[in-house]
Amino acid sequence: MQGSEEKRWSYLVAGAVILAVWQVLAYFVESPALPPPYIVLHSFISQLNKIAVHMLISAYRVIYSILLALSLAIPIGLSCHEKSVDRFVAPFLYLLYPIPHIVLLPLIILLFGIGDLSKIALIGMIVFFQILVTTRDAARNVDSYYVYSLLSLGASKKDVYKHVVLPASLPKILTALRISVGTAIAVLFFAESFATTAGLGYLIMMAWSKADYVSLYAGIVAMALLGFSLYIALEAVEKRLCRWV
Amino acid sequence: MAVVEAVNLGMVYPDGTRALKKVSFSVEDGESCAIIGPSGCGKTTLLFIFSGLLRPTEGCALIEGKEIVAPPKKAALILQNYGLFPWKTVIENVALGLQIRGMKAKDAKNTVKPILSKLGLEGFENHYPKQLSGGMQQRVAFARALAIKPKIMLMDEPFSSLDALSREKLQNFLLELWMKERLTMLLVTHSIEEAVFLGRQIVVLSPRPGKVVKIIENPMAGSVEYRNMEEYFEKCREVRKSVGATW
Ligand SMILES: Nc1ncnc2c1ncn2[C@@H]1O[C@H](COP(=O)(O)OP(=O)(O)OP(=O)(O)O)[C@@H](O)[C@H]1O
Ligand SMILES: [Mg+2]
Repeated sequence: MQGSEEKRWSYLVAGAVILAVWQVLAYFVESPALPPPYIVLHSFISQLNKIAVHMLISAYRVIYSILLALSLAIPIGLSCHEKSVDRFVAPFLYLLYPIPHIVLLPLIILLFGIGDLSKIALIGMIVFFQILVTTRDAARNVDSYYVYSLLSLGASKKDVYKHVVLPASLPKILTALRISVGTAIAVLFFAESFATTAGLGYLIMMAWSKADYVSLYAGIVAMALLGFSLYIALEAVEKRLCRWV
Repeated sequence: MAVVEAVNLGMVYPDGTRALKKVSFSVEDGESCAIIGPSGCGKTTLLFIFSGLLRPTEGCALIEGKEIVAPPKKAALILQNYGLFPWKTVIENVALGLQIRGMKAKDAKNTVKPILSKLGLEGFENHYPKQLSGGMQQRVAFARALAIKPKIMLMDEPFSSLDALSREKLQNFLLELWMKERLTMLLVTHSIEEAVFLGRQIVVLSPRPGKVVKIIENPMAGSVEYRNMEEYFEKCREVRKSVGATW
């Protein structure tokens, strides 16, 4: 418990330092393009209702994409523990992973239209590949010692996945997920910057086009909060699932 | 009747490494057998074959007269370095064998509680293996093996990474267990003293590829006092001599 108390403090200190640096920068730059934090905070609070709605829409898109990506990448990645499956999956992975998937946007819009679905597909695809690469590596490198240990108990193949391959790979999957959250939010911004009238990306772009810098920063703060809450949620999941690490 | 039997067992790994050559021996019901050999001579390979994890490339391995084709339900294996799962708690590790045999997780945990307390692991049910000392981890491994009520215990250097004191304690524990339950034991070791204390039959293997150098009968083994008897030291000398000639 003392650890979490300490952690809370360190977060507060880091937050205060960031605000202070921002304030000092704003003071010296003295440009409407960098308003000081208290003005942004004021605007954030006064527009809270509007921001919250956009934030929820963004959160929905990004969480949905991540869950979709996970539900596909984890089973495929884990099954690469089987050499015969990996021989089949690996060439696809090596050919498709290095493509900057964001350039497939036109195709995605063609397939899924310009609604939420295309945004979810774009974010989901990028996260999918990141998770898949890591999960596959983790599953292939599971120590056969543990597999033997389980098989000696009379385990079936299903047991091996449940009791060894999945738990052994989980820490690496969660680390990949943490990295993917950052990517997912960046892609979210990109996906929301056109052909939509909702989401934090839209809010930021609108504010920018109207040169309303204060609202622009309010939107950025909201986006940062979204990312931060995802990290916190992820950390809670990790604590729950990987207590043994 | 021979419960565990090797007939001209040979093993060549796919990469061409020959681990075992023409190994033959047999262990009667309720007897104990120690297999002793230098590092890398194929001891683990031999146990893996008896656990149904590897198929021999020559000869055959039998349990109760039947060729082993899958992990035998009657046998429990204790791996070198314990074989515990770091992501499972003590009680989850111990209950796993029963769970895999079809018992519900909750029932399995209740079933193994008495075994845990018998092994002095009470209060550590929810610890993870890395939070335990080596000796405790070893006891968890024993508990896991005993949970499935095996007739045959296959052990791969179960005490090699323990300090002298815990080792002796656990050796005594194993000996008493063996006397009480009349298990058939196959114990791999590279310690001459351990082989003589625990094995009523001692199979000496040569360096890789492991061949049987000699089979030494050791009928006095089977009591805790044996460790301090003149016959014990005499037997150790005898084993050391046949070992020294080849290692
Ligand atoms: N999967 C494998 N593929 C190829 N060679 C192997 C494999 N496993 C073991 N070997 C080789 O077979 C030989 C016997 O290995 P094994 O692990 O059975 O020895 P060991 O007697 O248990 O050794 P130690 O006392 O160090 O535990 C060694 O030379 C080892 O390198
Ligand atoms: Mg070994």
